[in-house]
Amino acid sequence: MAAKKMFGAAEASILVTDLRRSFDDGVTRGYEWRVTQLKKLLIICDNHEPEIVVALRDDLGKPELESSVYEISLLRNSIKLALKQLKNWMAPEEAKTSLTTFPASAEIVSEPLGVVLVISAWNYPFLLSIDPVIGAISAGNAVVLKPSELAPASSALLAKLIEQYLDPSAVRVVEGAVTETTALLEQKWDKIFYTGSSKIGRVIMAAAAKHLTPVVLELGGKSPVVVDSDTDLKVTVRRIIVGKWGCNNGQACVSPDYILTTKEYAPKVIEAMKKELETFYGKNPMDSKDMSRIVNSTHFDRLSKLLDEKEVSDKIVYGGEKDRENLKIAPTILLDVPLDSLIMSEEIFGPLLPILTLNNLEESFDVIRSRPKPLAAYLFTHNKKLKERFAATVSAGGIVVNDIAVHLALHTLPFGGVGESGMGAYHGKFSFDAFSHKKAVLYRSLFGDSAVRYPPYSRGKLRLLKALVDSNIFDIFKVLLGLA
Amino acid sequence: MTKLLEMNHALCFAKGFSRTRLNVATSPFLISPGGGGYCSNTCIPYRLKFTCYATLSAVVKEQTSAFDGKEAALLVDELRSNFNTGRTKSYEWRISQLQSIARMIDEKEKCITEALYQDLSKPELEAFLAEISNTKSSCMLAIKELKNWMAPETVKTSVTTFPSSAEIVSEPLGVVLVISAWNFPFLLSVEPVIGAIAAGNAVVLKPSEIAPAASSLLAKLFSEYLDNTTIRVIEGGVPETTALLDQKWEKIFFTGGARVARIIMAAAAKNLTPVVLELGGKCPALVDSDVNLQVAARRIIAGKWACNSGQACIGVDYVITTKDFASKLIDALKTELETFFGQNALESKDLSRIVNSFHFKRLESMLKENGVANKIVHGGQTTEDKLKISPTILLDVPEASSMMQEEIFGPLLPVITVQKIEDGFQVIRSKPKPLAAYLFTNSTELQKQFVQNVSAGGMTINDTVLHVTVKDLPFGGVGESGIGAYHGKFSYETFSHKKGVLYRSFSGDADLRYPPYTPKKKMVLKALISSNIFAAILAFFGLSKES
Repeated sequence: MAAKKMFGAAEASILVTDLRRSFDDGVTRGYEWRVTQLKKLLIICDNHEPEIVVALRDDLGKPELESSVYEISLLRNSIKLALKQLKNWMAPEEAKTSLTTFPASAEIVSEPLGVVLVISAWNYPFLLSIDPVIGAISAGNAVVLKPSELAPASSALLAKLIEQYLDPSAVRVVEGAVTETTALLEQKWDKIFYTGSSKIGRVIMAAAAKHLTPVVLELGGKSPVVVDSDTDLKVTVRRIIVGKWGCNNGQACVSPDYILTTKEYAPKVIEAMKKELETFYGKNPMDSKDMSRIVNSTHFDRLSKLLDEKEVSDKIVYGGEKDRENLKIAPTILLDVPLDSLIMSEEIFGPLLPILTLNNLEESFDVIRSRPKPLAAYLFTHNKKLKERFAATVSAGGIVVNDIAVHLALHTLPFGGVGESGMGAYHGKFSFDAFSHKKAVLYRSLFGDSAVRYPPYSRGKLRLLKALVDSNIFDIFKVLLGLA
Repeated sequence: MTKLLEMNHALCFAKGFSRTRLNVATSPFLISPGGGGYCSNTCIPYRLKFTCYATLSAVVKEQTSAFDGKEAALLVDELRSNFNTGRTKSYEWRISQLQSIARMIDEKEKCITEALYQDLSKPELEAFLAEISNTKSSCMLAIKELKNWMAPETVKTSVTTFPSSAEIVSEPLGVVLVISAWNFPFLLSVEPVIGAIAAGNAVVLKPSEIAPAASSLLAKLFSEYLDNTTIRVIEGGVPETTALLDQKWEKIFFTGGARVARIIMAAAAKNLTPVVLELGGKCPALVDSDVNLQVAARRIIAGKWACNSGQACIGVDYVITTKDFASKLIDALKTELETFFGQNALESKDLSRIVNSFHFKRLESMLKENGVANKIVHGGQTTEDKLKISPTILLDVPEASSMMQEEIFGPLLPVITVQKIEDGFQVIRSKPKPLAAYLFTNSTELQKQFVQNVSAGGMTINDTVLHVTVKDLPFGGVGESGIGAYHGKFSYETFSHKKGVLYRSFSGDADLRYPPYTPKKKMVLKALISSNIFAAILAFFGLSKES
């Protein structure tokens, strides 16, 4: 690797100082600046798609369709939405006032937070880098992006493109790993937006606490899929497959982590999955071009360990082939692995899919509740009652009924976790809000000043104020006329 | 361990603190006609307790053995298992608890007023206006709006996910912790609890030990009026708070200082617990020379001394005005102060006292600092035995003085002068972002600039403090003044998780999204995602140039 410029605490401090100066000078505040920058991001998506596809293939062996649809198209959508809605988002929101403050008017003004840090992940290196940056820019902030060093081609391309197109006085990329991230985290930011694991999420939040910096933590978790026997089995398994192996080979934070179904129905689900997997990826899925590889050998070894554990390896009902040299693991289904196994304790984040069977589907509610709250929970059923109960009682970042992962394409839904799966949300207007402070503003006139609120206090004033606060006009008159 | 020590230091106002025992006869509530008729008999236990303890630290020590980490863990376990039964989720439970709070406020208004007098000599009208009525109206609003707040919000779906429907469902977070403050001990305790209950959470309240009468009253009233299986009060100081912070909560809502807030957030990080931090800061009031002087002066006084003697997070911390106008403003303030509090303000019943001798000494040393003491243009009198400091105005104290560097949180008001009013923006922006910023002017242009260029939690133009009473406005800080917001529906949202729910049907499943992938599938999908139906159809039929 070519020797890079050293980036330590001193460099990080200079960087933040530079960006804060730009922010304080108002560079990023204007509507025009925000629109210009967003349009530049759109140009990156439009003009550099082939390079992005190549970088994603280098980093992850990601199939072109996945790169182009799930990363670039989604980003383009986000940018277009921001461009279309920005004026509305920026407009102050009128708020009602009460008799207590009469005469007055009130509004909620969205203001940028300042200089923000986005730390993104390796699995969707473009989407998860640029999507938060769209929010940060829309809201008028200066922003530093730290892409993941585990997707080096994407990281380098992001650094190159952002330097080439965006305003360097307010939008920067810092490449690097632990050292650089540590240097960045020592600085005072006005918001830190992190996508990654809950372990690092804790480190980020602890660092943020020193400067009272608010955080958005987009984490993951073991997202369950509940499959009822009253379902359209073929569509169900196709959607599960595309949400698991067709989404970066299970290396996605909203990926199905495990399936819950009944003992009787499990064999049918497994048979249907085998059949559709073969339709999708052929007889030898290790050779398929339509699946990402495992990101690196560390993760390959981690997944191997999950699979090789005692009482787990003998539960494989499909797949299980591994090729360390090419970092490939075949789509693998396991039936009834022990609940205390590693594979059922950790987030899998790879192409392994355990199926847990239950006596009746009701038990799935307890299984899910007994675990940390996942980023997503999925249910497949025709049963309307079950859908309603699932949506009402299962706690998760988000829920999709009868499909997988598609909720994140819907900008009208907030995307974010709860509990172990994170805090804060984004997408669409929620991204703008995540990077804005909602400033309450009350306008009063200097007329209509009455002595009632001021000392010296008297019984009459107290009674009048009580009536005023209750907005009881009749009582107010009584007090004013001395009748109370 | 260092963390813990640091925290002990930061939280411990009790250190070397000896509480002045108030002469019982000075309390109008205790000598009111009818021998305790002012307050119902249920108030007596804490009144006795109040007269008994000599120092706060003694009380804290006494309670150490009673509530430690083990006790805290048991408490949270119990509340979590009760939360898991789903009891707190129902509309009926939430409404019944909120109604109980409303009833509690109605029935115990006098007890509350008395506790606030004991802790702070808070005038009855202030207690009513700032604490009781505010809390009551929040509670009534929650009762009225709860059904609407709880209803899932239907949102639009797009072609990408067609056919489908989507909604945002509010769900309770779980077991939450509210740590409140001593300056508005009733309001700042009950208002967040209203949000927590409305959103369907189990909640533990830790009131401030610095306002012991209010703390013990809250403990008593909560156990009397509310569902004790899911709503609890834990009284105490540093050891109890530390024990509580060691537990896993689904949200921590803290009101207090920025230093302790850092400890709270660091503790929360261990469990990935989201926090709301309601802090303070140096809230400026910028006064233009075109204002109605009397009204501006009265409203500044109302937002400073008539607001718990300046011991309020949104109280006016300092005034900025032009050199030419300063003397007029100060004269007006003096005149109105005399109208409000009389010739001898130290004797006025309409001013709260300083909460304790620790804070009294802190304020006194601010006042006595070199280069500050000689800047007093009004007031400056103190009586330590009554913990009173008269309304004090200072002109052009040095920027480097602790009075201009720290949050004052007391009855001292420095007036800073600038050449022209716009220079005031720079003064404000050179300091950490305050919880509130105030501007007095008739110029709409200046108002516009102020709103655009000054960052603060919230602002009121031509008045002080009142923005917090508007339930449609979020109340919360930014930067050093805090994280998150509440009040009205925002309280409900603060204690809710907004869960995105998407419903899809099985019909209309196309091969498009499934492997094996082809260039045509890619084209159609890209067009679909861009909601470009025309392009999608073209691509689907192979008519697109690229396919």
